Amino acid sequence: MRSQLRPALASLALLTVLTGLVYPLIVTGIAQIVFPQQAQGSLIVKDGKAIGSELIGQSFDDPQYFWGRLSATEPFPYNAAASSGSNYGPLNPALLEMVQGRVAALKAADPDNTQPIPVDLVTASGSGLDPHISPAAAEYQVARVARRRGLDVSTVRQLVAQHTEGRDLAVLGEPRVNVLELNLALDATASK
Amino acid sequence: MTLNGWLQLILYFVVLIALAKPLGAFMARVYEGQSTRLDRISGPLERLIYRLSGVNPQAEMNWKTYALALLLFNLFGLIAVYLLQRLQGALPLNPQGLGAVSPDSSFNTAVSFTSNTNWQGYAGETTMSYLTQMLGMTVQNFVSAATGMAIVVALIRGLRAAPPLATGGIEGVGNFWVDLTRTTLYILLPLALILAVVLVSQGVVQNFNSYQTVLLLQATVDGNGNAVTQQVLPMGPAASQIAIKQLGTNGGGFFNVNSAHPFENATPLSNFLEMLSILLIPAALCYTFGKMVKDTRQGWALLTAMTVVFAVMTLIAVGAEQNGNPAFTPMGVDQTASELQSGGNMEGKEVRNGIVNSVLWASATTVASNGSVNSMHDSYTPIGGFVLLFNIQMGEVIFGGVGSGLYGMLIFAIIAVFIAGLMVGRTPEYLGKKIEAFEMKMASIGILVMPLTVLVGTAIGVLTTGGLATIYNTTPAPHGFSEVLYAFTSAGNNNGSAFAGLGANTLFYNTALGVAMLIGRYWIAIPALAIAGSLAGKKIVPAGPGTLPTHTPLFIVMLIGVVLLVGVLTFIPALALGPFVEQLMMMGQQAGQ
Repeated sequence: MRSQLRPALASLALLTVLTGLVYPLIVTGIAQIVFPQQAQGSLIVKDGKAIGSELIGQSFDDPQYFWGRLSATEPFPYNAAASSGSNYGPLNPALLEMVQGRVAALKAADPDNTQPIPVDLVTASGSGLDPHISPAAAEYQVARVARRRGLDVSTVRQLVAQHTEGRDLAVLGEPRVNVLELNLALDATASK
Repeated sequence: MTLNGWLQLILYFVVLIALAKPLGAFMARVYEGQSTRLDRISGPLERLIYRLSGVNPQAEMNWKTYALALLLFNLFGLIAVYLLQRLQGALPLNPQGLGAVSPDSSFNTAVSFTSNTNWQGYAGETTMSYLTQMLGMTVQNFVSAATGMAIVVALIRGLRAAPPLATGGIEGVGNFWVDLTRTTLYILLPLALILAVVLVSQGVVQNFNSYQTVLLLQATVDGNGNAVTQQVLPMGPAASQIAIKQLGTNGGGFFNVNSAHPFENATPLSNFLEMLSILLIPAALCYTFGKMVKDTRQGWALLTAMTVVFAVMTLIAVGAEQNGNPAFTPMGVDQTASELQSGGNMEGKEVRNGIVNSVLWASATTVASNGSVNSMHDSYTPIGGFVLLFNIQMGEVIFGGVGSGLYGMLIFAIIAVFIAGLMVGRTPEYLGKKIEAFEMKMASIGILVMPLTVLVGTAIGVLTTGGLATIYNTTPAPHGFSEVLYAFTSAGNNNGSAFAGLGANTLFYNTALGVAMLIGRYWIAIPALAIAGSLAGKKIVPAGPGTLPTHTPLFIVMLIGVVLLVGVLTFIPALALGPFVEQLMMMGQQAGQ
């Protein structure tokens, strides 16, 4: 047994230095040189101030903005410092209450809209930070946002199209609309 | 499923199988000690490690020495991770000033990462300093994976050894220090380095900044009615850890929600690569096995059995999740798939991944003992959740953990030839080695310990106040039961994923699941090494007319049958109490509408 003690301690120490220090530092070095924007969190900077990340959603419930996914983070939605899903089981009454609540809020903000509501708009994302909604969920809200902002429906629809990403390499993932970027673009349009 | 859904699934399988051969052949060279293209970089490091640790790389070990070396190494690793967590408040690289982790949580996490389970009772961004993440988690992600791969290579050497060996009469299975070092330097580090950089290009963070505060476009309110105008974005050296957590079937996330977090898995492309990495090494090891026993058909047979089961389970789950939650329909919610939305049960899933990529990931992470998630398993439909439980309960031999999946599968192959031998009344043999009483005893331990741990653990969990206190989904009750069953299934099989509604960071679960993880790892690993040692001492019997060939479709079907019957049948009563009842309740509600 004693003959294995030194190898055990020494290899743990050496592999710790190699995989725990050298390796992450090399990756950080390459990342900071080649992909600095991505490595720092893909921040959106306006007038020298960080006003969000392209990858992290924010909470919207003002009818003049597009709304994103529900977020189950505590103590407020889209708390990026404490990511979390709802973890409700599919038959949990609390889940149905949450969905019902979102449906009611959407209807209250846009009483004349009788289209079926896309499912991603009434469910909470796994991370609680999902930056995207489906193109269907954006289309559902286009008329409301246009009306509230006094813009043409076609203008708003065009903005949505500009902020819609297709599948990666034409195959992977799902088409999606970045809610924060779309809302920032809306604000920029309205102020013109 | 949509046409694109099929395309994405097929693409995944094609790329996975296509990579198995080149990577598998490369790994075989590494384990045979042959020259590789990495010698110029890894070679000097390798020799330096041997010199400083006093290792003679030529020295063969018998299985007991091999097991002892492995256990000592893992024990010291466990102590190191424990101490890092307890002392992190006083150590550097802690910009958020995070304090010491509680003793029970530290114990649980230390066991979890050294046993390649990577169950997380804690939330990364609010608990662990950068130093703990690097020196504790990242290091164990590498070496616990290397440990598993070392064990399977020892077993392969035992299977093919033709004594008397030219190694001084020792029934050698290799040298643990050499296998550990070469796996890390030649296989895991290069792959992780490439993957980490590609992940950063997609938006996975990699820095040492303190958390970034940003202004919100629209202010919101917290639970107490206070206005919130800012968002705090977590940072850290995430990509380097995530690359190895996927490749080494570890699965412990940098952030609480693991690869559902956009900073951990930013785009569909990063998602594809992380998902591919879950099964890459387990699949390629099948080819390595075939190559090392000089009959690649043996490796393909195992890989075929794994792929068939995985594909079937995945399709069942995709179907269930794509159908969505019938309770939403009366509220005017549209869950049908179209070009404009993925539809389906989107609770706990991300828009960029949709249904297909969420479920494919969930299925891959449960058949392999990875345990990383990109969607919340707790919110799956009853059938979807059943598939995930079932995948783990097969004993993590369908791909399984790196190394551990293949040695688990080889144990099942030994059981399969034994059962076939019983049918025709002939001494069973596998790859020319006679399977006798000792091997069968060890194989039986390896197979029976897991269900015992899972079922007894679950029973204790649902019978004690400590276990019942933190069940989150108490209505309906079967779902709460599934949460506890999933926790012990995950720990006992070193998977690490969770029905995360269960509050597992408690004294009861930290301790009980910690013990389950230890049993689940070492009570299979040590019998596997014992089999390796015993087989190493046996002569190879030339195949005769009565020999059962172990590369044919017949044997593949036989092997799948044994995995299902011996492995999973034990769990049917427990599954009936959880997902089956929940499914019936869902159907009942639907009928009542």
